[in-house]
Amino acid sequence: MTEKEESVKLLGFWASPFSRRVEMALKLKGVPYEYLEEDLPNKTPLLLELNPLHKKVPVLVHNDKILLESHLILEYIDQTWKNNPILPQDPYEKAMARFWAKFIDEQILTLGFRSLVKAEKGREVAIEETREMLTFLEKEVTGKDFFGGKTIGFLDMIAGSMIPFCLARLWEGIGIDMIPGEKFPELNRWIKNLEEVEAVRGCIPPRDKQIERMTKIAETIKSA
Amino acid sequence: MAEKEEGVKLIGSWASPFSRRVEMALKLKGVPYDYLDEDYLVVKSPLLLQLNPVYKKVPVLVHNGKILPESQLILEYIDQTWTNNPILPQDPYEKAMARFWAKFVDEQVTLIGLRSLVKSEKRIDVAIEEVRELIMLLENQITEKKFFGGETIGFLDMVVGSMIPFCLARGWEGMGIDMIPEEKFPELNRWIKNLKEIEIVKECIPDREKHIEHMMKIVGRIKAA
Repeated sequence: MTEKEESVKLLGFWASPFSRRVEMALKLKGVPYEYLEEDLPNKTPLLLELNPLHKKVPVLVHNDKILLESHLILEYIDQTWKNNPILPQDPYEKAMARFWAKFIDEQILTLGFRSLVKAEKGREVAIEETREMLTFLEKEVTGKDFFGGKTIGFLDMIAGSMIPFCLARLWEGIGIDMIPGEKFPELNRWIKNLEEVEAVRGCIPPRDKQIERMTKIAETIKSA
Repeated sequence: MAEKEEGVKLIGSWASPFSRRVEMALKLKGVPYDYLDEDYLVVKSPLLLQLNPVYKKVPVLVHNGKILPESQLILEYIDQTWTNNPILPQDPYEKAMARFWAKFVDEQVTLIGLRSLVKSEKRIDVAIEEVRELIMLLENQITEKKFFGGETIGFLDMVVGSMIPFCLARGWEGMGIDMIPEEKFPELNRWIKNLKEIEIVKECIPDREKHIEHMMKIVGRIKAA
């Protein structure tokens, strides 16, 4: 036990959903860690040394092992600290959790961020396309407290860090009500459940600061 | 054992590296399966659209009514369901590293690799350099190992093998590019030779001529888009 708890460091960024979800997992499992905040866009020499290929956060360092990519880090954490498991045991359920996680970080992020801001086919079309994707998630969480079942899991951390606690701040900043209660009752219920979880609460970026940041990024994308 | 071997269907495509790698895994583990080929350059079948409504792509594995899309997820599912001849490492860190490199291949190498196929003559040298820089990272990973998986082939061998020597390389060949020359990439070339000796891999390599023709069609499509 002592060997595992030695030296866990996380290089992260307050506004990065990829970084925040790793903190959710560490907190859920009660793993003590040293947190090093990157002052993005200025990257520390340490980050560049640990992640020379992608130069991105988060990076987890556990006893000299360097882990990159938030999904891979979450899976590593789950296999290394076995209390409060976050991935299902069943191979099929596990595959589905990973499938939806990839879907969120690829489709939902692309449509709900870049495509929405650029709105090449117009704002209404962009909103519809994003909502179409979100409908898949609405179905997935129907009748469940969390994607993970009775307690939060891998997919809750990924969807939570990305959607209500990141993209939603962008949507708010540019005046879009993307997930209204009447269209997405299950997702809204899930968000309320999430906000009550201790391990999640400590990992939500401050709302106003993040809205400001996302709005600035949107402006940069639009004018690019 | 009998319960697991019921009803394994693979919807795939002879030319798709994503599909071929799944076949490698099924064959390695001796899992009998029904194979349905999609000619995806022509049209996508209603079955495919029904089984994979999110991405509408091959491969899709159907096992006892469970539907799995996404080749890397399918490989992991196969490894957990049929536990003989394991293809992923047990150690959490080694597993994470195998997945990391697999992602790297399917995302960066594929993107930059496909791009190099559509570059004009004056841009081609830069494109080749970009691809080689990425592939050099794999050269480092395979140094002094028989396979990425160690003594026997594993997850990463199937991902890299299906994508690089048995897919992208056919494109490069069609365009007259020698992307991975032996003098620059001795380890990868050695690894490719090792791979080609394996029976189940041999069965999952698309026919060279047909594949080069197919890749040229894809190049044409990208250029026209």
